[in-house]
Amino acid sequence: MVDRSLGRRIFQGLNGFMFIIFSLSCIIPMVHVLAISLSKSTAVTAGKVTFWPVEFSMKSYEYILKNSEFWNAMGVSVERVVLGVVISMLLTILAAYPLSKSKLQFKHQSFFAWYLVITMLFSGGLVPSFMIVKNTHLYDTIWALVIPSAISVFNVLLLSNFFRNIPKEVEESAFIDGAGHTRILMSLYLQLSMPIIATLVVFAAVTHWNSWFDGIIYMSNQKSYPLQSYLQTILVDSNTRVITRANAELMSRVSDRTIKASQVFIAAIPILFVYPFMQKYFVSGMMIGAVKE
Amino acid sequence: MNAFKIPRKQLALYLMLIPPVVVLFIYAYLPMLGVVMAFQRYQPALGFLHSDWVGFDNFRRLFHIPDVKQVILNTLFIATMKIIVETVAAIAVAILLNEIISKVFKRTVQTIIYFPYFLSWVILGGIFRDMLSREGLINTILGKFGVDPIIFLSKASWFPYILVSTETWQITGFGTIVFLAAITTIDPTLYEAAVMDGASRWKQTLHITLPGMKSTIVLMVTLSLGYILNAGFEQVLMLYSPETYKTGDVIDTWVYRMGLQQAQYSLGAAIGLFRSVVSLVLITVSYMIARKISDHRIF
Repeated sequence: MVDRSLGRRIFQGLNGFMFIIFSLSCIIPMVHVLAISLSKSTAVTAGKVTFWPVEFSMKSYEYILKNSEFWNAMGVSVERVVLGVVISMLLTILAAYPLSKSKLQFKHQSFFAWYLVITMLFSGGLVPSFMIVKNTHLYDTIWALVIPSAISVFNVLLLSNFFRNIPKEVEESAFIDGAGHTRILMSLYLQLSMPIIATLVVFAAVTHWNSWFDGIIYMSNQKSYPLQSYLQTILVDSNTRVITRANAELMSRVSDRTIKASQVFIAAIPILFVYPFMQKYFVSGMMIGAVKE
Repeated sequence: MNAFKIPRKQLALYLMLIPPVVVLFIYAYLPMLGVVMAFQRYQPALGFLHSDWVGFDNFRRLFHIPDVKQVILNTLFIATMKIIVETVAAIAVAILLNEIISKVFKRTVQTIIYFPYFLSWVILGGIFRDMLSREGLINTILGKFGVDPIIFLSKASWFPYILVSTETWQITGFGTIVFLAAITTIDPTLYEAAVMDGASRWKQTLHITLPGMKSTIVLMVTLSLGYILNAGFEQVLMLYSPETYKTGDVIDTWVYRMGLQQAQYSLGAAIGLFRSVVSLVLITVSYMIARKISDHRIF
């Protein structure tokens, strides 16, 4: 039964309009940044650029292409994404499989489940964590960005929930055939849970690409910063200078905004690129975790 | 018989757990033990074991620093506002999204509004800093209406609201996923019966949709209470400046500046411990309340 009254139609119209505005607000900032990065800096300063490049120019991208600091940081980011995803997936799978077992199959299941959950409830805080990273000699190495944050307990619970929903018969028949837990995990469970593992991989990659605070605290100098940490310093530091010295500095920094805009846009490209793949998975991925067995 | 005896068939499970257990022990449990720093005059050269014990001195010092009270108040104000505004926005948008008839339009909108959630605050911060600057997009538009340029991010009184509105904009779309799922679990016959009884669309939302979402709402609010002393650290760090410390400085940013940048390790650890304890209490209490209200077990 479809309601066709006037009030209903007005509501539908307004509702649709509201969502168009909301959607535009989510696109416009990216479009604006792209437009700035592709415009001539004089046009940007004059405030002429909104959503389309004015006096098209690739100058800022040419500048970045030659900027070795930027590419260096990009390299660190790629390295951390690759290492980070591999290590955290390995640890997540190793933790999720035993935790998916019942108490009968795994005697200390609830002990280890609590061992993980407690780390979600309480943390030592920033300063002690920093000291531990320093004392374990990870400070100033790529491992500081990869190991301390390797286990997301939430992801472990998500994956072990998924494992738990795999029919028991699959496992039992494998046991009868003489397979051990390692075999069952490697050749049965992992094959059966490829969609959720793919989801977790993409999410881990995005998380690593986006992280920046750990780069700033665990790396002693800017040369070893991943891209987002490097960007943070150039965005925040010079902007505060612009605000405090306002107009005097302004003229000497005319091209600053286009260069920043192009770097911001490049940093967002990988996310734009994987987003369509993620979008397919994340709704189902999240739901799998939420559904109680 | 023996609680520590491992059945042979289960040995592999224990071996698998060794790497994750060790990593968590070092990087999650040792920092918990590391909170002893809060009761020491910590010196890196002496380490956790040999630094001088000072009892509660650091806490006494801490709560005599005028900034600290302000920082705690800022954190509570910003975080409470965020929880309320973001939850209400996500629920409202989910209900409205559910009213859209065209499947294609609905899916397109969803795809677009989920997107900002996946951008880091470095990128978003870079964009907002530019858009809200003196020569930024917002001032250009306002200028067309004859408004003098406003430097938004240096207005201390506006700062908390800028934080709340930009984060709400960022995560509302993604936040609807859970609530949309909750709506789909509501029994459609309830609506049919309500239509028979002549209930308006608004009445149906009020008396069927919202009660149907109750357990999800309670769950989400409970989960967010655990983060009340978090207040969106990365966002604040990207957007604040000395001009907005008065209203925008939160516990985490203060810990970062004091504890790490100015090497006041013990003070930083002390307020960090305070924050962790308060969070733990809040999580526990809200978990128990949630269980009473909605009978929903989180773990």
